Amino acid sequence: MTATPGPSRPGPAKLEVRDVTKSFGAVAAVQGVSFPLYAGEAHALVGENGAGKSTIVKMLAGVHRPDTGTLAVDGAEVEFAGPADAKAAGIAVIYQEPTLFPDLSVAENIAMGNQPLTRLRQIDRKAMHANAARLFTRLGVHIDPDRPARGLSIADQQLVEIAKALSSEARVLIMDEPTAALSGVEVDRLFAVTRALRDEGAAIMFISHRFEEITALCQRVTIMRDGRHVCTEPVADLSVDDMIRRMVGRDLSALFPKQDTEIGETVLEVEGLGREGVFRDVSFTVRAGEIVALAGLVGAGRSEVMQAVFGVDRYDTGSVRFLGKPLKAGSPRAAMAAGMALVPEDRRQQGLVMDLSIERNVTLPRSRALARLGLLFGAAERREATSWTSQLQTKLGRLSDPVGTLSGGNQQKVVLAKWLATDPKLLIVDEPTRGIDVGTKAEVHRLMSSLAARGLAVVMVSSELPEVLGMADRIIVLREGHVAARLTRAEATEENVMYAAMGQQVTT
Amino acid sequence: MTATATAPRHLLSGLVKVRELGIILALVLLVGYTAASNPRFLSGQSIRDILLNTAILAVMAAGQAVVVITRNIDLSVGSVLGLSAFTVATMMSDNPGLPMVVAILVGLAVGGAAGVLNGVLVRYGRVPALVVTLGTLYMFRGVTYSWAGGQQVNADELPRHFLTFANDAVLGIPWLVLIALVVVGGVALLMRNYRVGRELYAMGSSPQAAELAGIKVARNLLGAFILSGALAGLAGVLFAARFGTVDAAAGTGLELNVVAAVVVGGVAVFGGSGTVWGAGLGALLLTVIGSSLTVLDINQFWQQAIVGALIILAICADRLVAVRIARSLRKKDSHV
Repeated sequence: MTATPGPSRPGPAKLEVRDVTKSFGAVAAVQGVSFPLYAGEAHALVGENGAGKSTIVKMLAGVHRPDTGTLAVDGAEVEFAGPADAKAAGIAVIYQEPTLFPDLSVAENIAMGNQPLTRLRQIDRKAMHANAARLFTRLGVHIDPDRPARGLSIADQQLVEIAKALSSEARVLIMDEPTAALSGVEVDRLFAVTRALRDEGAAIMFISHRFEEITALCQRVTIMRDGRHVCTEPVADLSVDDMIRRMVGRDLSALFPKQDTEIGETVLEVEGLGREGVFRDVSFTVRAGEIVALAGLVGAGRSEVMQAVFGVDRYDTGSVRFLGKPLKAGSPRAAMAAGMALVPEDRRQQGLVMDLSIERNVTLPRSRALARLGLLFGAAERREATSWTSQLQTKLGRLSDPVGTLSGGNQQKVVLAKWLATDPKLLIVDEPTRGIDVGTKAEVHRLMSSLAARGLAVVMVSSELPEVLGMADRIIVLREGHVAARLTRAEATEENVMYAAMGQQVTT
Repeated sequence: MTATATAPRHLLSGLVKVRELGIILALVLLVGYTAASNPRFLSGQSIRDILLNTAILAVMAAGQAVVVITRNIDLSVGSVLGLSAFTVATMMSDNPGLPMVVAILVGLAVGGAAGVLNGVLVRYGRVPALVVTLGTLYMFRGVTYSWAGGQQVNADELPRHFLTFANDAVLGIPWLVLIALVVVGGVALLMRNYRVGRELYAMGSSPQAAELAGIKVARNLLGAFILSGALAGLAGVLFAARFGTVDAAAGTGLELNVVAAVVVGGVAVFGGSGTVWGAGLGALLLTVIGSSLTVLDINQFWQQAIVGALIILAICADRLVAVRIARSLRKKDSHV
C-alpha cells in the first residue's frame, strides 16, 4: 500500500467547513475549525479522543447545527435542518457504530429513503433486490440481500453501510473509523472501493487512528486538538512523527500536584487476564501508595479489564490476586468485601442515583453498616456524609439536595466519597475527570494524590494524556486489548505513550 | 449468488410466515373442534355473527398495528370509539336525512382529531405513548360522559338506513365485513409496498437509525396516530350502526382487546416487525374464541384466561423465532 498522490486541484471545495463552533452546555467541543474537502481527494481528520472529530462529523451529517460558522457545498453556504438535508446535498456518513434497521432486510436497509418505485409508486422489490446484489458484487462481498440485518457481523454491517452510501450516489463520503472492526482483507477491499470512488470524483473524509491507513489512502490531513484546528496539510508533507506531535502538542502545566509517596506492599496482581475478543494476556501489579494509569485509545479495552478485575464482567483466562489472596471472579460483592472500590466512567448511569439526596448517595454502599436493627436513621447518614463531603471540599447547598443539582466536578467528589467511606485498599477510577472544568479537575487530582500518599493503591483509567503523565507512577498502555507498553513516570512522554497506543514503534 | 443465497431465503420466509400460519392453524383447529361438538357453529347465521363481531375489532387492530410497529401504543382507541359513536348517533338522530357517507366522514374526522392530539403529545411533548394515550383514554371518555350526561341514543331515534347499513349486504357480504376487509387490505398494502410503510417499520426497528437516515420521523409518527384514531372513529360509526343503542360507555375496555388482537396476530410489541394481516387474523381468532366458548357452553370467564395465555404464547413465539433466525443466520455465515 503506497500513497497515491491525488491531483491537487485548487478549485472550489466540494464541501467546506468554515470557522464552525459548537458547544454542549459549558463544554466547547469544536472552536473555530475550518477546512475544505475537494472532489477527487481523500481527506484525513485526526486528533486525540475528545478532540472534536465526531462533533464535526455530526455537523456535516446534519445531526448537530453549528453555533457559529457555516458549511458550504460547492461554494454555496448551506444550512442543514436535519440528516435528510445533508443526504439531499449528497453527503453520506458511515458512523463508527453501524446504524441499520435490524428487522428489515439488507436490501431494504440499503434502499431506505430512495427505494425504486413502480408506476403506482409502490416499492419495486425486484429492482431493490437487484440493486443490492449489484452493489455487493461491486464490493466483492457475499451478503444475501433478502436476509434481515439482525445478526450480521460488525464487518458485514459496515459493508452494508458502505453499500448504502454507494446506492445514494453520494458525492461526499464521510467515514468515521470505518476500519476499526474490519480485518486486513476487508480493509483492503474497502480501500479499493474508496479509491475508486475518489477517482470518480467523490470527496472523502476519513477518520482513523491508524496512520498507515491515512498515508495509504489520503492526500490531505486536518489535525485537531482540544476542539481546535491545528493544521491542514498535504499528507506527503508530514511524517507520522509530525502528526502525532501536533495531535498532542501542548504544555504539561503544573496542574498535577503529584506527591511523592512511599511505595508499599503489592495490593493487586493481575496475571494473564483474557476475555475472548475483548482483551488478552493482560498482567500488571499495583502496590500501596502507587498510582498506576491504564492509557490507550477508546476501545482499547482499558475499562473492560478493570471491570473484569472488579468482577462486573467475566474473564476467560488468567487470575486476579488481591492482598495476596486469590479473588473470586465475577463477583463485585466479593471485590468490595475484600477492599476494592470502583468509580465508574459514567457517573450519571453507573456511579450515582441522580434523584437521591447527596447524603443518601454517599452512604449507599454502607447502608447496612450504618443501620441499627435494620433501620436506617437520617442522623447516622448525615454524620457520615458531612464528614466525607467536608474532607473532599464538596461545594453543595444542603446534604438533602438531589445529587443531580451539583456540578460535574462535585458529583465526582460525591462518587469518590461514596467509595472512600467503605475504607478501600484499592481504588479504581475510570476517567476521573471527564466533563469536569479545569479548576475542579485539579482538586480531584490533588485528592487522588493525597489518597495515594496515605497508602491507598490507585488504578486510573484515563484518555487524557496530561492527566496520565501528571498523575501516574507507572503507565500501562493498552492497544487493541493487549499491553502495548509499560512505562515508568520518568520514561513516559506524550509522544511515546501515543506511539504505543497507536501501534507505532516506541523510541526511548 | 445461487444456491447459497436461495436456500436460506426459503428457510427465512418460512420462519417469518410461521406467525400468520400459527394463527390460521389455531383457527382451523378451534373451528373444527367446536363444529364437531356442535354443528350449528358453522351455520350461516353463526358465521355471519362472528364476521360482524370481528369487523369492528379488525378495523381498530389495523390502526393499532401501525402504531405498535413504530414502537408505540394507542390505548385511547376504546374511548375514541365511544366518542365517535355518540357523536355520530346524536347527529343522525337530530338529522335523520343525512346519508351514511356523512356519518362515516364525521366518525373518521372525530377519530383523526383525537389522533392528532395523541401524536402531537407523543412527539412534541416527548411523553411515552403509553402515558399519553392512557391519559387521553380517560379524557375522551370523560368528555363523552359529560356531554351525554347519562342520556343514551336509542335505536328507535336513529334513521332506518343507518341501522340497516350494518346488516345490508353486497353479493352476500355484509357492508361491515367489506369495510373491514378494505381497511385491513389497504393498510396492509400501505405498510408493505409503500415507502412510508417501510419507514414506519424502520422507525420501530431502530429509532436512532431512523433519525440518522433522514426519515421524517415526526410526520410519520403523527400519521400513524392519526390513522389509528381515524380508524377507531370509523369503528365508532360501525358500532353505532350495528348496535343501535349508544351511551357514553360504548367501547369501554375495548382497547385491551385491540392490543391483544395485534399482539396475538404477531406484531412485535417492541416494534419493527409483524403484519397488518396478522393483526386482522388476531382479531378474528379472538372473536372465534369468544363464540366457540359460548357454543361449547364453557364459562365466559375462561375466555379472558385463554386470551391472556395466547398473548404470552405470542410473545414467547416471537422471541423463539427471533432467536432461531439469528442462529440459522450465524450458521450460514460460518460457511461463507
